[in-house]
Amino acid sequence: MSAAAGPIVHAENVEKYFGRIHCLRSVSLEVARGEVVCIIGPSGSGKTTFLRCINHLERIDAGRIEVNGHLIGYRIKDDGTLCEDSERNIARQRTEIGFVFQRFNLWPHKTALENIIEAPIRVRKVPEKEAVTQGEALLERVGLAEKRNAYPGKLSGGQQQRVAIARALAMRPALMLFDEPTSALDPEMIGEVLEVMQELAKEGMTMVVVSHEMGFAREAADRIVMMDDGVVVEEAPPAEFFGSPREARTQQFLSKIL
Amino acid sequence: MHALVAALDWHLLKERIFDPNHAFGQALIRTVLIAVLAQIFGVLLGLASALFQMSRWRVLRIISYFYVLVVRGTPLIVQIFFVYYGASLLLGFDLFPRTVDFGVVSIDGVVVAGTVALAVNEGAFMSEIIRAGIGAIDRGQMEAAKSVGMSYGLAMRRIVLPQAARVIVPPLGNEFNGMIKNTSLLAFIGVYEIFLDAEQGYSVTFKPVEYFFAVSFWYLVLTTIWGLVQVQIERKLGVSDREEDEGWLQRLLGIQAQARGAR
Repeated sequence: MSAAAGPIVHAENVEKYFGRIHCLRSVSLEVARGEVVCIIGPSGSGKTTFLRCINHLERIDAGRIEVNGHLIGYRIKDDGTLCEDSERNIARQRTEIGFVFQRFNLWPHKTALENIIEAPIRVRKVPEKEAVTQGEALLERVGLAEKRNAYPGKLSGGQQQRVAIARALAMRPALMLFDEPTSALDPEMIGEVLEVMQELAKEGMTMVVVSHEMGFAREAADRIVMMDDGVVVEEAPPAEFFGSPREARTQQFLSKIL
Repeated sequence: MHALVAALDWHLLKERIFDPNHAFGQALIRTVLIAVLAQIFGVLLGLASALFQMSRWRVLRIISYFYVLVVRGTPLIVQIFFVYYGASLLLGFDLFPRTVDFGVVSIDGVVVAGTVALAVNEGAFMSEIIRAGIGAIDRGQMEAAKSVGMSYGLAMRRIVLPQAARVIVPPLGNEFNGMIKNTSLLAFIGVYEIFLDAEQGYSVTFKPVEYFFAVSFWYLVLTTIWGLVQVQIERKLGVSDREEDEGWLQRLLGIQAQARGAR
């Protein structure tokens, strides 16, 4: 790929409105290959919206987002102007980007394994046998090999989220996005999900994580990005960010949650 | 009272119920075929209309809106007459000629017209049912499907509709029950189905009780069979999700609804 050396995520002056609410104001962010970036900030700061823009679950109103060197959601016409990309192209780009939802969003009518192999078979056209082998390996990796045939309704929240991570990994994405992956979990289940994520980070997966888990951010992240009111307030490596935050808003936020 | 009952032609009644003639058999088959075909096309029309209504293109939404508005807002019998008598005049050619030859089988034009009218009518009602069914599925299901690279169509087919089916099937069952009975309206344009058969028998013999009681019995047979089939379909789809499922008899008689409500 032409942009293999460049950043995997390149967001430039992204603007997003929900009706009259201006919820992203000129947000720019770069994520390098293999980097783990944690986005933190008070609720309503636009961090989840920004994450959803990266794989075009939300449309951006201005600015540009590139993943792997490809413009997301838009294409450049011959005359140089931008127009909305075809559904097919958007879908293809999403295969490169794994997304883990706060509320898991597993498909309840499919077993754990079926949730994982659905997209490889239907989208990537992987032969079923191969997909099953890969799916089983992924379940093993998230510690749920024995839950292969369980339906999501029979799994705990932590187990569901681990299956959801496996489902996203099954597409062999170049980038994983996590939208508050532990916020909907009972406290005793947070650890098992963070463990899987930490493992992924160690293996060199590029990750952007919106989270309130400061422990995870401190340990696994290469960089912390603080957002407030639709703006990136500050970004720094964890030691610096937590040790000596520069901005008043960051200090204020940290004092509240730590 | 005694005299009235005694006046009934018991022999005829028994015959109409247990040993109907060939013409009735044909009419019965026609009734079932029309109902099934009209329902199938009705569901397809309803699905298309529901998807139109959720489309981001305004034209499609408007088309669907008017379709539902007009069809639900006018009597079915008028629609049937309109399709059969009016459509050819509007189009300038005979849309439903006396017989349509499909090589192996030839079908009466009036049967086609009747089936079309019932299907178009049904589509409007199914449109609302399917739209509600799809609307009942959490948005996150579609988002999760999109996030792994599925197209809208694939996500609908594999993820959303199978889940929506559980919500759609119970009201769809009611619709088909109604469809079976509504085929009787086609008698008024001359489709030889079981009501017309009864009506003609009555007009020759002036024995309304025997003929209309017997034909009611047959409608009841059809709707009861359908009720049983529906229970099986719902079971298969796991509509109830409950381990301790009610027996088929309770389901059929609709007892469980009240029992649950009272609990």
